[in-house]
Amino acid sequence: MFFVIIESTRSAMASIFAHGFRSFLTTLGIVIGVASVIAVISLTQGLRASVGQQFSALGSNSLTISAYTPLQDQMQGRRARLTPDDLEMIERRVDGVASITPLLYATRSSQIRYGSQTTFSQIMGTGYAYREVGQFYVQLGRFLANSDNDTRRRVAVIGDAVRRNLNLPENPVNEYVELGGEWFRIVGLLEPKGDIMGFNQDDIVLVPFATMQSIQGNQAQTDIQIQLRVSDDADVDAVVRRVEAVLRSTRGIEQGQRDDFQIQTPEQLMATVDNVIGMVTIVLGGIVSISLLVGGIGIMNIMLVSVTERTREIGICKAIGAKRHHILLQFLIEAVVLSLLGGMIGVALGYGLGSLVAANIPGFPPAAVPLWAVMLALGFSGFVGVLFGILPAGKAANLDPIDALRYE
Amino acid sequence: MSLIELQDITKFYEMGEQTVRALDGISIRIEKNDYVAFIGSSGSGKSTMLNILGCLDRPTSGRYHLNEQNVENLTPNELAAIRNQEIGFIFQSFNLLPRATALHNVMQPLIYRNVRWGKRKAMAMEALRRVNLADRVHHLPNQLSGGQRQRVAIARALVTNPSILLADEPTGNLDSRTTAEIMQLFDELHREGHTLILVTHEDEIARHCKRIVEMKDGRVHRDINTVTADAQVSN
Ligand SMILES: Nc1ncnc2c1ncn2[C@@H]1O[C@H](COP(=O)(O)OP(=O)(O)O)[C@@H](O)[C@H]1O
Ligand SMILES: [Mg+2]
Repeated sequence: MFFVIIESTRSAMASIFAHGFRSFLTTLGIVIGVASVIAVISLTQGLRASVGQQFSALGSNSLTISAYTPLQDQMQGRRARLTPDDLEMIERRVDGVASITPLLYATRSSQIRYGSQTTFSQIMGTGYAYREVGQFYVQLGRFLANSDNDTRRRVAVIGDAVRRNLNLPENPVNEYVELGGEWFRIVGLLEPKGDIMGFNQDDIVLVPFATMQSIQGNQAQTDIQIQLRVSDDADVDAVVRRVEAVLRSTRGIEQGQRDDFQIQTPEQLMATVDNVIGMVTIVLGGIVSISLLVGGIGIMNIMLVSVTERTREIGICKAIGAKRHHILLQFLIEAVVLSLLGGMIGVALGYGLGSLVAANIPGFPPAAVPLWAVMLALGFSGFVGVLFGILPAGKAANLDPIDALRYE
Repeated sequence: MSLIELQDITKFYEMGEQTVRALDGISIRIEKNDYVAFIGSSGSGKSTMLNILGCLDRPTSGRYHLNEQNVENLTPNELAAIRNQEIGFIFQSFNLLPRATALHNVMQPLIYRNVRWGKRKAMAMEALRRVNLADRVHHLPNQLSGGQRQRVAIARALVTNPSILLADEPTGNLDSRTTAEIMQLFDELHREGHTLILVTHEDEIARHCKRIVEMKDGRVHRDINTVTADAQVSN
């Protein structure tokens, strides 16, 4: 039996390559289906891996608190905000917090200038504690200090990408850059972190929180994020509940009303990401199964044509002693090889496509195709080959030798 | 018992209202190492006869014993095994696999009896050498002349060492010189002990054979032993 399979595979390959272009067109349905699923999987898996990396870098005991405006309120023009007062309340009334830091993102576009060189970057106002919360460490100079905040010093810690974009010297410490019309002295250069989650972690400028507030002017609009780290001996869930209670009372949220803020743990974020990826995968699975079905019908169609074309050959083989299963296997294997080839081309194409997309979106993590996806894609293509090859193969195997030989 | 025994074989085709009696009661014995030519006008039933002898086709009625085995009630797969082991078929139109080289064409029947690659190749080379085609083994059929193609087909028939070689107008598509070559090959195979049954409408070819069976309207009209010049005329 094994022997027959080898022979059948050999002749299946021969006849597939004898009609190279036709075979290619036939497998196109499978190629496209598999390629699209692999492309999306490679992107989502790459994304998932880097999200996971980032969250594990954050540590499982760090919380992000941000304002949350329900859609209804948004439509009425209301916007919830977190303010430094909220931070102060948490600091004062919640136990088990190892460090807490505000984050204030620049609202307007943030241009930085050094000499004649300008660039855009992510500018954040934060404090000393962010070093630990965000796992940012300096390679040269120092991080932001509490005194920087207290005196609203115009100092900045920059990422390596910013240094390169501005043509700053290898050691940029004590150089001055212009930021929103003010001059900032660089006090530290961060260690490179690389790209994570579609966002270059080295393209960043950190300034003292209070300085950021003052240069942003309109303080009523201030909406900060709060990052905090739960101390190692405290329970994360308990801290979350406490923060929630404190914020509800200080912000005057009555019972039965929804929170106008959200507290996210890395696990929650990861679960959300997984959820989205899972949904994309299911929708995609539906599209792909339709595409594979169409591909399979294409293969069945061409196999039926092929059986008719080769009726005489089948007659010859039967005349010299081929049994039913010899002919059946020959055509079945041809169908399976055809769809497997389609599957393989699809995997390669999909991975190529995913990599291309990932490479062209700045900061997007590299595409990654897990082995299970490859196996699943090939397994499905093989299954489609069997499913849609069995009918033509059976038709070939059941031909009467004399009729087949007489066929013109 | 003879190598082949036919008893009252008929083959009818229903064509609408009308029944075509392609074979209309044939009883004949063929011995080992016989060299038989079936002759007769077109439509007299020669090909139908040969196809039944070669287990490609089944008779409408009658008995067929091949090598003391009753072929009547065999399944399609059992018939395939008989075609593979007992019969070497040679066709007027060669019937080679177009995408396979001469060597692979000759190796093909051995696949169906599970001969290993190396052995298969050696056997096929031997058969091709026998028909003087050792220098053309890697040619495709369309790279060979008609006579060479027919020799590949003969090698394919020989490679399984069958009990009988059946040839339906084997020289019908060949010119007179290649016809002579092929007939010389058949004569040699006969001398080596093979049993040959040919269908032809050329007297020139029939004259090579030991025995000439003339068919007429699906019946045996004359059965002539050319060695003893002994003719049995039916009807
Ligand atoms: N498949 C078929 N269907 C109908 N009639 C057939 C078929 N095959 C052969 N015949 C008829 O049977 C008769 C004998 O045919 P055949 O054996 O091919 O003759 P020969 O080979 O002697 O020329 C012819 O009349 C032919 O028309
Ligand atoms: Mg004929």
